[in-house]
Amino acid sequence: MPAYPAPDLVRLYRALRLIRRSEEEIARIYPTDKIKSPVHLSIGQEAVSVGVCDALRADDFVSPTYRCHAAYLAKGGDLKAMFAELYGKASGCARGRGGSMHMIGLDHNIIGASAVVGTTVPVALGYALALKREGKGRVVALFLGDGATEEGVFYESLNFASLHRLPALFVCENNFYAIHAPLAKRWATARLCERVATFGIPAHMIPQSDVLEIRSKAAECLEAIRAGAGPAFLECHTYRWREHVGPGEDYDFGYRNRDELRPWQDKDAVSTLGASLDPGERARVDAAVEAEIAAAIEAAEQAEWPDTRELHNYVYAD
Amino acid sequence: MPTTYLEAIREGLWEEMERDPDVFLIGEDIGVYGGAFKVTAGFIEHFGARRVVDTPISESGIVGAAIGAGLMGLRPVAEMQFADFISCGFDQIVNFAAKCRYRWNAAVPMVVRAPSGGGIHGGPFHSQNPEMWFVKTPGLKVICPATAYDAKGLIKSAVRDNDPVIFFEHKALYRRIKEDLPAEEFTVPIGKARVARQGRDLSIITYGAMVWVALEAAETLAAEGIEVEVIDLRTLLPLDRDTVCESVKKTAKVLLLHEDTRTAGMAGELAITITETVFEHLDAPIVRVTAPDTPVPFSPPLEEAFLPNAAKVIEKARWLHRY
Ligand SMILES: Cc1ncc(C[n+]2csc(CCOP(=O)(O)OP(=O)(O)O)c2C)c(N)n1
Ligand SMILES: [Mg+2]
Repeated sequence: MPAYPAPDLVRLYRALRLIRRSEEEIARIYPTDKIKSPVHLSIGQEAVSVGVCDALRADDFVSPTYRCHAAYLAKGGDLKAMFAELYGKASGCARGRGGSMHMIGLDHNIIGASAVVGTTVPVALGYALALKREGKGRVVALFLGDGATEEGVFYESLNFASLHRLPALFVCENNFYAIHAPLAKRWATARLCERVATFGIPAHMIPQSDVLEIRSKAAECLEAIRAGAGPAFLECHTYRWREHVGPGEDYDFGYRNRDELRPWQDKDAVSTLGASLDPGERARVDAAVEAEIAAAIEAAEQAEWPDTRELHNYVYAD
Repeated sequence: MPTTYLEAIREGLWEEMERDPDVFLIGEDIGVYGGAFKVTAGFIEHFGARRVVDTPISESGIVGAAIGAGLMGLRPVAEMQFADFISCGFDQIVNFAAKCRYRWNAAVPMVVRAPSGGGIHGGPFHSQNPEMWFVKTPGLKVICPATAYDAKGLIKSAVRDNDPVIFFEHKALYRRIKEDLPAEEFTVPIGKARVARQGRDLSIITYGAMVWVALEAAETLAAEGIEVEVIDLRTLLPLDRDTVCESVKKTAKVLLLHEDTRTAGMAGELAITITETVFEHLDAPIVRVTAPDTPVPFSPPLEEAFLPNAAKVIEKARWLHRY
């Protein structure tokens, strides 16, 4: 694995920390009911978004799932616009119309996320089709959950992407659950990469959620994709620490227990990467992240509600 | 002990499963977890995994399997986690299931349960009222109960029905509405509306969660001396035209109300039905209160502006009364 010079590590840590702390703050605020949107937190899964997005070029695209805060922020999405969206304010990235599951950041090539599982996969391939035509070597990294691989459209998409050699990096965040249902109750076999490979798409499984490994594997795939090799697929094992939806934990819901969590916490990217940094440097990053989040929350709280006359706008082009 | 709307659906399903071993449930996370809203909690423990079938996240597969099992003579009840995701099983429902009877006189005794409606800050894909997608489709039956009694009685009838039924459960009613239910068994017939409140001055014709909005408005209007009749359609397809027209004959003024969006909503069908049948009894133009023709926004003030409520109904009803 290539060694990364210090600035890269700091950049990776900053992104990881920003996502983790933003979502912890969402969870802290949530009981006040100021955030009424249902929230699906990525706490514990940050390494996937950060590893992949760090390998992307600024002019590449990312297509997040409905659990979208991590990919949105990792691709450089505006934090203020994200918090305002969670509050339903007019300055939200979707003008408050979508909430947590519908983040979009076109100035950073973040494709709009959507709440229906699997829907964004073929849409992201439409972007890839356009990028292929454009011929500038740009790529779409499209995220999906393990649950999304059960929708028929996933297989339509694999076939289409491979057939047309589209510049798309599929990133499956396999956290072993779809809401409360474990993989064993949903998949006939766990051999996802093999399934994908039958479409002629190179597929790699990354089991430990190591952010550097994810980054370097993504970089390797992206290089091939840019060179015209067609799509590639990453299956990144990861673990959702909090409940499926909402700010809390769910280890007493009866479908999983804390023993499963511990190994993932032990290899947590945020703390392990943080611990590897110079303490002074880390403290500077942490302080900057805290300040940025505090400012975003403050701005969201002060922001205006959308004017109710706006309700009818944007149904069509005017 | 009053029974909630949610509990009523659960009881209805439970009784039907006890009564008929061919009835089974199929859907995402409906087993140990009991479904997205816990309607089927405890079913797998009692009825076993053969009759409470957990599935992958595959709506098209779920509905298709329900249709096939139905054609084999079983009585599947499929659950969508939110009505909005029924779109992923759309082809199976509107092309295949709805047209089996017409093509082959084949019975598809399937129920698709779909939690619908707004008012829960769910945003654009967890708040829709997609009933008209199906009301437009001959061969389907479409049910939207408003009360716990009707929810129980109608889910039982839906399970026993020999044609495909789309059963919309309003999420905002699940735990908010409760009433005492009879101890003895009962069903509610599909295709029969109900007079939810008697009145002589004007009729509000509605269904689902809006029945409660209509009743709330009727209370206020009664204090002003306006006696409102509230008709709860209960079933949208087939539509109980007789009950609707009887009410119009009585009050001569009609306000149509639905949470669904405006254009090509149920109000349009009701208005033309009334015009065709009892036009000469009308003393005023037919009016409607509906959601506007927009998606359902998340932002709380926008969603509030989007949803019909008692104040909007009262304003329209006063105008109609003065007319
Ligand atoms: C088509 C569709 N079906 C069902 C749902 C309800 N639902 C929301 S999240 C989810 C689980 C998705 O699991 P996965 O893809 O593994 O993502 P994760 O939540 O683990 O990030 C389901 C079933 C949905 N949003 N869309
Ligand atoms: Mg998952």
